Amino acid sequence: MAYNLKEIVATKPARFESGHRMCAGCGAPPVARMVMRALKPEDHAVVANATGCMEVSSCIYPYTSWSCSYIHTAFECAGATCSGVEAAYKSLKKQGKLPEDKNTKFIAFGGDGGTYDIGLQSLSGAMERGHDMVYVCYDNGAYMNTGIQRSSATPKFADTTTTPAGKVIPGKMQSRKDLTEIMASHHLPYVAQSIALNNFKDLYEKAEKAIYTEGPAFLNVLAPCPRGWGYPTEKLMEINKLAVETCYWPLYEVIDGKYKVSYKPVKKQPIENFLKPQRRFAHMFKEGNEWMIEEFQKEVDKRWEELLALEKITNETNEA
Amino acid sequence: MSIRERLSGNEASAIAMKQINPDVVAAFPITPSTEIPQYFSTFVSNGTVDTEFVAVESEHSAMSACIGAEAAGARAMTATSSNGLSLMWEMIYIASSTRLPIVMSLVNRAVSGPLNIHNDHSDAMGVRDAGWIMLFSENNQEAYDNLIMAHRIAEHKDVLLPLMVCQDGFITSHSIENIELLEDEKVKEFVGKYTPEHYLLNRDEPIAVGPMDLQAYLFEHKFAQAQAMRNAKKVILDVAADFEKMTGRKYSFFEEYKLDDAELVLVCMNSTAGTSKVVVDELRERGIKAGLLKIRVYRPFPAEEIAKALSNAKAIAVLDKADSLNAVGGALFSDVTSAMFVNNINIPTVNYIYGIGGRDTTTKDIHSVYSDLQEIVNTNKVNNPYRYLGVRGNN
Repeated sequence: MAYNLKEIVATKPARFESGHRMCAGCGAPPVARMVMRALKPEDHAVVANATGCMEVSSCIYPYTSWSCSYIHTAFECAGATCSGVEAAYKSLKKQGKLPEDKNTKFIAFGGDGGTYDIGLQSLSGAMERGHDMVYVCYDNGAYMNTGIQRSSATPKFADTTTTPAGKVIPGKMQSRKDLTEIMASHHLPYVAQSIALNNFKDLYEKAEKAIYTEGPAFLNVLAPCPRGWGYPTEKLMEINKLAVETCYWPLYEVIDGKYKVSYKPVKKQPIENFLKPQRRFAHMFKEGNEWMIEEFQKEVDKRWEELLALEKITNETNEA
Repeated sequence: MSIRERLSGNEASAIAMKQINPDVVAAFPITPSTEIPQYFSTFVSNGTVDTEFVAVESEHSAMSACIGAEAAGARAMTATSSNGLSLMWEMIYIASSTRLPIVMSLVNRAVSGPLNIHNDHSDAMGVRDAGWIMLFSENNQEAYDNLIMAHRIAEHKDVLLPLMVCQDGFITSHSIENIELLEDEKVKEFVGKYTPEHYLLNRDEPIAVGPMDLQAYLFEHKFAQAQAMRNAKKVILDVAADFEKMTGRKYSFFEEYKLDDAELVLVCMNSTAGTSKVVVDELRERGIKAGLLKIRVYRPFPAEEIAKALSNAKAIAVLDKADSLNAVGGALFSDVTSAMFVNNINIPTVNYIYGIGGRDTTTKDIHSVYSDLQEIVNTNKVNNPYRYLGVRGNN
């Protein structure tokens, strides 16, 4: 069946309901809602959430925005917590203590702090053990919940509160960790990188595949933060589009080790177009700092070329 | 008919877990508790249990997975020691405040540093305020019996708190002793089925677990947790009474060994109680009125009952196998003396920090404690109530 956003919104429950307290212009809520909509309406779901913006804004006692079952324990262990829930499901189902003909799916959400950094071990363990679950990272590129501190997902040169662009040090001096590649190296059945774009087709379809692929799956979704990135709240979808059109955030899948780039811009836009509208990169546009933009562009190009090469190699290998 | 066996404390604990047949076990190896998940894995591999064994990548994840599993509606268990418990520390509090009756076997070992793999109680003492029920075990039989009673206590609707069963690393975990095991069917019947009221996997009633809980409600939730810990006292005794009916083995908050008319009283936990009983017997033969109070239930702390049981003593020594490093004494000492104070009992009481890092505590050491107590009675004077037993360089 062809993808139809109107039909999906009309027929599939959001499960992440309105009334949450996330900021206007935040990239995370549309991600959560679209991922949850990819569930079959008849399936029950348990969401495990790492501590972070999404958790503190969506489940404040005695309220919750989650209409499915939900568990939050701590910052670094959404992976392990979710794996425990999934293990309980397996055990109780095997013992006939749960309805045989009905399914429950397990989805963990964590920000880049809870996923790239403090929760990396827990995530890696859960994925390696092969739990039938999806881990979704909503990557906003810094610890936004505590006030915009750098993470290993923060891009080079970004101005954050722990890497302030100063007179001597011009922002974060290290490149961004490539978590999607780390997860691909776990040889999972499904790994993908996505974003909320246009009519959400890319995100929805990848979420659906991730949820309904048996075994562990990982989705890395860029989710801009208006406070941390410094863009007007209404520009969210524009920023997302620029992240993709500049190849800063390539959309791709790794299915059983085979890479598939989901979108290749006909004409890659220069990285300035992505950097310019964001306050965190403002210092890069000051006179004399052209080298920073050049270096940033080089890094984007290099990673994009590597991705294209991986797509080529893995498809050749599999065809041989 | 019970089954007579010879088992180590770890084997006995693993067998208790097999008979309990929990839905999920998540554990990570650490000396000296490693054998428990190891033996248990064999039961899983051979299909003797229905358990999903989650071989996690750390103790933090072990407790996280237990929390997830228990919240999902499963009975979850784990085992650990020392730094493993330290790494779990954050999740230990989350387990109890989420009111999940997870059961843990804690094989006590010194917490680093420096690194040491042998027994003391610094691991358990580090979580004494975390809201877990804590049972201590003198020997393999008690470690086994405490585990069999654990779920009935933890899962009781008036309690709903996690519970840990402690035993001394190597001293009992690795020593083989005679033990009486119960038949599988008897354990199954005694432990009963786990029927949580609310759980994540109930598709008819979606729930949210572990919310952000701010000024408006957290205080009341913590109060409810404190009430649950108080409620646990009655439940512990009720379960012990049922257990006694089944086995003939009597358990309470603590064991009173020749305590009735005792003038010189020692208070301790776990295996040192065994050593102390030998000394009490020797002293009694010499006409010295020595007695022992062995704590089984450390949390909830049976303050009133302990104060009452100690009220006829003339001098008391509290033995702590962990120092609180607060310049006044160990945790058990603080608990016992405060219990006495609030119950208007004023008896000379001294503290001994002992057995740290697995240092052997022999009958000779325990004799010296009773001699010190006799000295206190004779002189009616306590010099320095905060003492170290058998340490070198303490001049």
